[in-house]
Amino acid sequence: MSVGVTVAVACAGALLGIAAGYWLPPHGRRPARNRLPEGRRILLPFTGDEISRRSFEAAVRLAKAENAIIMPAFLAQVPMNLPLETALPVQSARGMPLLEAIEQRASSQGVPVDSRVGRGRSARDALRKLLEVEHFDRIIVSADEDPRAGLSYEDLRWMLDRVPAEILILRPAPDDTRRISTEALKGHF
Amino acid sequence: MAAPADSRRGRLKVFIGMAAGVGKTYRMLLEGHAEQEAGHDVVIGLLETHGRAETERVAEGLAMVPRRRVRYRDTVVEEMDLPSILRRKPELCLIDELAHTNVPGTEHAKRFEDIEAVLDAGIDVLSSLNVQHLESLNDHITELSGVRVRETIPDAILGRADEVVLIDLTPEALLDRLRAGKVYPSERIDAALNNFFKIENLSALREVALRQVAEEVGAKRLTTELIGSREESLAADAPQAVGERLLALIEPYPGAQRLVRRAWRSAQRLGAGLDLLWVRVPGKELSGDEQRSLAALRQLASVLGARMIEEESDDLTSAIVEVASRRGTTYILIGGSRPARGLARLRTPLPQRLMQRLPGVDVRIVADRSLRSSGGSMESV
Repeated sequence: MSVGVTVAVACAGALLGIAAGYWLPPHGRRPARNRLPEGRRILLPFTGDEISRRSFEAAVRLAKAENAIIMPAFLAQVPMNLPLETALPVQSARGMPLLEAIEQRASSQGVPVDSRVGRGRSARDALRKLLEVEHFDRIIVSADEDPRAGLSYEDLRWMLDRVPAEILILRPAPDDTRRISTEALKGHF
Repeated sequence: MAAPADSRRGRLKVFIGMAAGVGKTYRMLLEGHAEQEAGHDVVIGLLETHGRAETERVAEGLAMVPRRRVRYRDTVVEEMDLPSILRRKPELCLIDELAHTNVPGTEHAKRFEDIEAVLDAGIDVLSSLNVQHLESLNDHITELSGVRVRETIPDAILGRADEVVLIDLTPEALLDRLRAGKVYPSERIDAALNNFFKIENLSALREVALRQVAEEVGAKRLTTELIGSREESLAADAPQAVGERLLALIEPYPGAQRLVRRAWRSAQRLGAGLDLLWVRVPGKELSGDEQRSLAALRQLASVLGARMIEEESDDLTSAIVEVASRRGTTYILIGGSRPARGLARLRTPLPQRLMQRLPGVDVRIVADRSLRSSGGSMESV
């Protein structure tokens, strides 16, 4: 084998190595950090600072079975005397820790999560606006929320009538008071 | 409130309450008197006293534009005389019941449209409104009270008001006023008590109204902060901010929301402003997922009151340094970066580069807490 051929083979090998080094991260797998699985999207809307654990567990079970993404959505309500684009620090102080808690809990069970925040004049209005811009395959709601504080029975009926998605309404047994709240957070938030 | 009417648009002040009888019109008239005593030209464009003696008494001494009579089918209805108000052109006009629907045959279908015309003529307006007349609250309040209100106004009307004043009264005090005949004539009291004016209805309506005000306090504080920030950014040579200001570096992917939430909580603890920076590679098209993530991030930033900054640059570090200098940043928060590839492994990592180029600025890497193997219990029952 001539010197020229040897040099050419060495150069080709080096180029191949550089290319492989560029495309593959250090541990030999393709970067998956930013990608969510192409799958169904399960919306888990809430308004307060806790959600029914039964709703959450149902969402996790379905997400695992269907290779779906859980999308917890905090529905913020803008006071009538403020523009719709107004920042809502008081409500955010309730909703953000719970979004974090849901995200931590779902991630620790191996379920991908992609959170959302909806904003409207009422919980229903916030949900409607969210549904106008995003598609969800399934919506899981708990029927045990305080109807004055969040999604009411009227809102649930509206969802059944108007929302083009599978809707799963869960009403836990009266003695099932388990909730997911900000107390479930790992570390301070 | 009143100022000389000229080419400027008038200012709108709305008195809002949970129900009839809380004193919205009364308060509106008192303010009218105060403006008149201050030397302004004040008239009543439309007043609905509902036969309340104390309201009629307080209206005395204020000029009133007489109502006009409009024929509709076989009846004659009295309506506000918009053309006369515009001809009279006072500095301040008091127009009761913002949500009223006009009889066909007048200039506009709704009274809020009349008020728009008055404002356009440079006349300031005081008006009144019950919370259940707001369009988006109508369903919710119907559900709470069992009574559907037919006359509604778009929320944007109230959103455009220069001032909104909540007139509050406890449900018990309102019921006392009702029983004393101060709200409706005696023949209507029983019907009112048996229908709309139930303590539970009034409590729920009051809660709705008060929640608006409670939220407004926080939002006003934030608005002041944001206005200050904008001024700061306009003055390029302004001295560095004395207070803390956080800058979170984001990209349109789901994990960025966690970073934003953590940055916001840190900003709250420090009493600091929060900026979010996304440095976009020039010419790079976003995928559908990235576009959705970006929209979600913009929404989150808006709800949290953070300022989202988007810069286009090939040089990430320089773009961050430029924005941090301009905004007076004292903390930079970044998420865990993806593993470097190829020759990029030889480069100095971003946190170190930032620390070298931004001395005196803290750089914090935000971890994913869900990956922590130990720590607080996840159970919450």
